[in-house]
Amino acid sequence: MNMNDAIAVLAALFLAPLIGGLVAGLDRKVTARLQGRYGPPILQPFYDVLKLFGKEKMIVNYWQIVCAYMYLVANILTVVLLALQSDLLLIFFVLAVGGVFLVIGALAAESPYSQIGAQRELIQMLTYEPLLILVFVGIYLETGSFKISEIIATYHEPLLISLPLLFVVMGYALVIKLKKSPFDIATSHHAHQEIVKGVLTEYSGPYLGIIEISHWFETVFLLGLCALFWHTSFLWMAVLVVATYFGEVLVDNVCARLTWRWMLPHAWTGGLIMSFANYFWIFEKIK
Amino acid sequence: MKRLINTSRVKSPWLIHFDCGSCNGCDIEVLACLTPVYDIERFGILNVGNPKHADILVVTGTVNHRNKKALKNVYDQMPEPKVVVAVGACGTTGGIFREAYNVVGGVDKIIPVDAYVSGCAAKPEAIIDGVVIALGKLAEKGKKVDQGIFERLENTQNFIKSR
Repeated sequence: MNMNDAIAVLAALFLAPLIGGLVAGLDRKVTARLQGRYGPPILQPFYDVLKLFGKEKMIVNYWQIVCAYMYLVANILTVVLLALQSDLLLIFFVLAVGGVFLVIGALAAESPYSQIGAQRELIQMLTYEPLLILVFVGIYLETGSFKISEIIATYHEPLLISLPLLFVVMGYALVIKLKKSPFDIATSHHAHQEIVKGVLTEYSGPYLGIIEISHWFETVFLLGLCALFWHTSFLWMAVLVVATYFGEVLVDNVCARLTWRWMLPHAWTGGLIMSFANYFWIFEKIK
Repeated sequence: MKRLINTSRVKSPWLIHFDCGSCNGCDIEVLACLTPVYDIERFGILNVGNPKHADILVVTGTVNHRNKKALKNVYDQMPEPKVVVAVGACGTTGGIFREAYNVVGGVDKIIPVDAYVSGCAAKPEAIIDGVVIALGKLAEKGKKVDQGIFERLENTQNFIKSR
């Protein structure tokens, strides 16, 4: 491992949670402003997590502890692999493992809310994972590699220009993964929800704090994926990431929550049609 | 670190609202605190639906024989440190229903209450004041939770030794 890799890993480990927490704080502030409220301080997510670490440990099943930690480890690993410019497919599988452990932890408790939340989380994973794979395949078709370092080294124009529809498809996946309306079916950031807190119902105290930190890592990872779509210029990368996240917050506030019966067919048909349209475009260009 | 966690406790209280047989007058006022006019999320207060995530239990209405178990159950599910705010004339004392055959009385008959908010219905400003008083107590309780088990048991140990 050379020096640059070490720096990248350290940045992923220590900078990512800071950025993720700040993004979460900004998210809450912007959401409040969109709703005509003043909103909490930007550092509020850090206060929340510190408070959660100070709470009493309450668990229903010991597997919840294992699952909370595995979810954290998997999410840290995705960010580290992204920082090391590793293989997109490998990152994708690690992401899936993390998601599965969150669900297993929720299923380990007997609460009906947690169980329903877990089932819904599985359906959400079923929805976004094919879409993410389609996006990665599109990146491969365009650049000839799944490896991020090779993409950056060999491909010298923004991916967004040749893969605009796939970026929209990734937007779908992003809404689901960031737990935003209309797809915040399993659990939601907003307090009120019909199944209490869904998949997070039975995680409490420090373990909820761990999951919150994992979610910060997840946010950084997803924004990193967005950044990949404009890897040539740092300024435009930042603009793209900020615009995408603001778009997500806007969608979150404009939309009502929908059922999975709506989510699955619409995300799949929309995602598949747009992906294949983009693939045809790539093939036309190659010819 | 302990001091940081305790500051965070005061800055991020998540409250759960339990309607214990209220006429909904106080409930409307509790929910009014969330609206843009009062916006309690400014202070990091979130209205959560899950007792396992909550720090403050806000109870409105009288306690009767049917729902006292539910109230106790919700209270027991909350992890320490936790505080309870009784809201409205009914929540604090039983109100005009005090003498009714099915009514146990105020919330403090069943669980320990840390702050009382009077009024029928209680004003949103008064509820926020009550929550702020409860936050002071939350910080004190937090210090006790942060103490190790031996520090907490010190008094008992001394007592046993002196006997």
